[in-house]
Amino acid sequence: MKYFSLVWAGLWRKKTRTVFTMISIVVAFLLFGLLQGINQGFSVAMRTLDVDRLYVSARTGMTDGMPISYLQRIRNLPGVRAVSLWAYFGGYYQDARKVVPAFATDAAELFKVYKEIKIKPEYLAAMEKTRTGVLIRDTLATQYGWKVGDRIPIGTSIWTNKAGSNTWEFDIVGTFDASAYGMGFPAFYLNYSYFDEARSFGTGQVHYYIVSIQDPKQADRISREIDAMFANSSVETRTQTEFALAQSQLKQLGDINFIANAIVGAVLFTLLFLTANTMMQSVRERTSELAVLKTLGYSDTKVLLLVMTESLLLCLFAAALGIGLAAVVFQSPALQKLFGNFSMPTLVMMMGAGIAVAVAFVSGFPPAWRARQLNIVDALAGR
Amino acid sequence: MTALVTLRNVTKSYVRGKQKVEVLHGIDLTIEPGEFLALMGPSGSGKTTLLNLVAGLDQPTTGEVLVAGDRIDQLSRGSLSDWRARHIGFIFQFYNLLPVLTAEANVEVPLLLTNLSKSERRRRVQVALELVGLAERARHKPNELSGGQQQRVAIARAIVSDPTLLVCDEPTGDLDRQSAEEIMNLLTALNRSHKKTIVMVTHDPKAAEYASRELHLDKGLLTNDTRRAA
Ligand SMILES: Nc1ncnc2c1ncn2[C@@H]1O[C@H](COP(=O)(O)OP(=O)(O)OP(=O)(O)O)[C@@H](O)[C@H]1O
Ligand SMILES: [Mg+2]
Repeated sequence: MKYFSLVWAGLWRKKTRTVFTMISIVVAFLLFGLLQGINQGFSVAMRTLDVDRLYVSARTGMTDGMPISYLQRIRNLPGVRAVSLWAYFGGYYQDARKVVPAFATDAAELFKVYKEIKIKPEYLAAMEKTRTGVLIRDTLATQYGWKVGDRIPIGTSIWTNKAGSNTWEFDIVGTFDASAYGMGFPAFYLNYSYFDEARSFGTGQVHYYIVSIQDPKQADRISREIDAMFANSSVETRTQTEFALAQSQLKQLGDINFIANAIVGAVLFTLLFLTANTMMQSVRERTSELAVLKTLGYSDTKVLLLVMTESLLLCLFAAALGIGLAAVVFQSPALQKLFGNFSMPTLVMMMGAGIAVAVAFVSGFPPAWRARQLNIVDALAGR
Repeated sequence: MTALVTLRNVTKSYVRGKQKVEVLHGIDLTIEPGEFLALMGPSGSGKTTLLNLVAGLDQPTTGEVLVAGDRIDQLSRGSLSDWRARHIGFIFQFYNLLPVLTAEANVEVPLLLTNLSKSERRRRVQVALELVGLAERARHKPNELSGGQQQRVAIARAIVSDPTLLVCDEPTGDLDRQSAEEIMNLLTALNRSHKKTIVMVTHDPKAAEYASRELHLDKGLLTNDTRRAA
């Protein structure tokens, strides 16, 4: 574009002012990129969650137990591949602040349901043989310095054992790698059969059945069948896909999201006035220059377009810088740890470009219109 | 010979508040191709107003303005700006260069409106700058040049698209004697060797001496019209 040098030079007429305006735009879009990036990152992560896993809990609430007898009935449904279970143990190590996210489960089934977990077969075999055995996540082992073969006391604020103690002794029989399921995946598993025998109350209660199904497309049908099966039992159930479950747990995050969007919205709105002001000042100062362009035969429309292009260039350039910065931030180790292998979604970049164009148009139009309307004779005479 | 510029009974009025002020009262004027005309007269007599009408920057209130075969008083705003780009070169008292652009970029500004290739534009800019004797200052910004040099850049910009008519509003008004003489010699050369028709408003009788014809305007009326032998 042959007019580029003309537009570019006009943009840098007052360097300091342009730089400051630019910094504001860069910061606004950095903020936008970060918040939207995180937002999109979560929804992308959510979409990759499996729909071939269903979670069955008591209809009245996740902490109310269901009878263990449901296990076999769910397992017998057509289309069900494997069923495991979770009972909260609510553990801690040494003092209540050192939380150990412990669950009682059927380990052999659990690792069928969560296919991506990496575990050595001999650990699974040891778990079957050792009643007081536990399998722990490698990250937890690192955190507390535990090794296979250690006997560890785990406290619980919920369960007393038949010996009347709140502290249970377990033998670590193996570790596993669950990085495929993110940071939130429970890290400590004891044998449900042992737990159920040893606890002094609540016998036969389970908090979650985790159902792996053969065909994800059957998720809705099987969910309905499970809930229908227990519809008139003592404990009714509520069956959700993993996606739906995560969504309901992330609802609070949605609220945070709203606030974040509101902040970004406010920042962009302020930006509108800032940019408009910069452009307006710049056009005012250039009254005689614009008049000269018109004198030399630049049409009113051409002058309007030149000013608009200037505004567009300013906004797009700075927005690209801001979103680029956000993309770099996402490559930082801390965020990579949080989100896994995550990069700035293309959608966010496109949204950013769209907003930049909108800001450029809204803030560039009034000065551009003013430039268009400029009367040559008056402007040249300084009237 | 057909006249290059013909004004027939041209008046120009401005409305100031509720009052209508007539600045030019029925001007009749013809300018032949190749003339170098100096327009003189006291401040406020309407010289700039008349020049603007001839250059297609403004429209008359009544009367006809015929320049280079076009009835420019009948052109729309849009076609008038195209017309100016093709026919008129402008030289102002305060040079009016774009301060952010180098001399050569300033001279190139009118050429951006044409379909010329980049290399052709560059060639023409080079020729124009050489003509005004500033080829070696091509990369300088206006604030790195003296007033006389800036005016020469402005002249290069005015002639680069080879216009039919050069209009100058007090081209030496802001210059010292020496620079003013250089500018007048340059304009004379453009008139004599390059056959450029020039209409120049000036207060300076010394500058007017370079012209082939002197025209006086007083209170919106043409008073004195003298031609000088070349
Ligand atoms: N746009 C306008 N609105 C109102 N009055 C105007 C306008 N343009 C010119 N005038 C008036 O018309 C008269 C002639 O102005 P013009 O600029 O043509 O004078 P001039 O001969 O060029 O004077 P100077 O030598 O000072 O440049 C002046 O009284 C001026 O105030
Ligand atoms: Mg004047």
